[in-house]
Amino acid sequence: MAKVAAELKYSVEHEWISTDGDGPSVIGVSAVAAEALGDIVYVDLPEVGSTVTAGETCGEIESTKSVSDLYSPVTGEVTEINDDAAADPALINSDPYGAGWLFKVSVTEEGPLLSAQEYAEANGGEL
Amino acid sequence: MTEKYTALYEEHKKLGASFTDFGGWQMPLKYSSELAEHHAVRKAAGLFDLSHMGEVWVTGPEAGAFLDYALVGKLSAVADGKAKYSLICNPDGGIIDDLIVYRFGDEKYLVVPNAGNAPIVAAALAERAANFDVTVKDVSAETSLVAVQGPQAEAILLKLTDQAQHPLVTDLKYYAFNELTIAGHDVILARTGYTGEDGFELFIPNEAAADLWAKVAEAGAEFGIVPCGLASRDSLRLEAGMPLYGNELSLERSPFDAGLGPVVALKSKEGDFVGRAALEAVKEAGPKQKLVGLKGLGRRAGRGHYPVLKDGVQVGEVTSGQPSPTLGYPVALAYVDIEHTEIGTALDIDLRGKAEPFEVVALPFYKRQK
Repeated sequence: MAKVAAELKYSVEHEWISTDGDGPSVIGVSAVAAEALGDIVYVDLPEVGSTVTAGETCGEIESTKSVSDLYSPVTGEVTEINDDAAADPALINSDPYGAGWLFKVSVTEEGPLLSAQEYAEANGGEL
Repeated sequence: MTEKYTALYEEHKKLGASFTDFGGWQMPLKYSSELAEHHAVRKAAGLFDLSHMGEVWVTGPEAGAFLDYALVGKLSAVADGKAKYSLICNPDGGIIDDLIVYRFGDEKYLVVPNAGNAPIVAAALAERAANFDVTVKDVSAETSLVAVQGPQAEAILLKLTDQAQHPLVTDLKYYAFNELTIAGHDVILARTGYTGEDGFELFIPNEAAADLWAKVAEAGAEFGIVPCGLASRDSLRLEAGMPLYGNELSLERSPFDAGLGPVVALKSKEGDFVGRAALEAVKEAGPKQKLVGLKGLGRRAGRGHYPVLKDGVQVGEVTSGQPSPTLGYPVALAYVDIEHTEIGTALDIDLRGKAEPFEVVALPFYKRQK
């Protein structure tokens, strides 16, 4: 069963967000989503400096079998994107909560977020 | 629809497969990574459960003449021990299914249709048999089909075959078959496949399937064999430029649109066959669209039903597409207006609003080194 990292919060669209510290929040997709997508071969990330809006699409994730929208769990300005994950999207499968992070946002407002426990219960993940 | 399970369902569960519905069957989509499964078939070997495919015996004095009438090919001319790719069309020339026909003798043929179409094909054959001295018997429910595909496939099967029967494996040509004993089971072994690699397909009764599967997996371990699901089967056949019924082939497309004109024996068959008049007319008029291969110049893949554009105007539609694991760029099959089908033509695929550049290329995308 796919792992749900306990220290993170999650959106219903399967993005995770790391909210600790004063700096920008880090955003990625959950292992549950990465597993369901299959081998990820391409990721289209928002541009640095652009504004993303909670609950709206900000990019795409393409696996061998399908294309899915990437949603932002928060509103704010994108401060950094993970060029390593863009160059080697397999990182999103192999380490979704670590090296496979996607982008960072200077958050002005959070969308509705679930705790790790709530997300795991709703999506059959393992804490 | 009731879900159907192959005799190997429990084996797949034990291996941790993710399942998908295919033609009413619960089939393994992948076991771990579909990319790893794909590469294993190109470099070593893969083990597939294809038991959802149909098996229909056609026997009797007029078996050859009957198949010449019921299908578009000249099956009576196939040599004993050889297989032939063919199509079954409706009277309008639309494709009911593509299938492989194995000739055991003058009076004995095995017809193998696709999973979802097997009942339709069996029924169509039975109906068309009315005026022929033949028996049509659908044994799909009691027959399993296992494929061993990849450069190491032969070596793996030889390990499971008595020395005396080795020539029945090694001398087998592409699209030929033999009956022999593998891993202690009587099988029909055919050198056929849907991956673009060397490989075999083994027909076996359901009760022996799990044991055969386990023994092939065990014997193949040292050669790097891995169980493969339908996801890798689809990416492998796409690279090999092979059509999939429901994507490239349908009742709305003629064999000539699909580039399968040579499969239709208009010249070599003198008698009538189902669809003949319609197919002659289609051939005479020439197809308006043709199935082509498209190579992506960027990284984004076209997917089924995405529009194909020329200078912003739709000139076709993608039938199958995804990133090619072996080649490293996106590939797609698409029906395109005939005037834009020349090799090298620059076309775009409309990727959800973004025009992505592609180029018409010769098929297959991937051809193995012999």
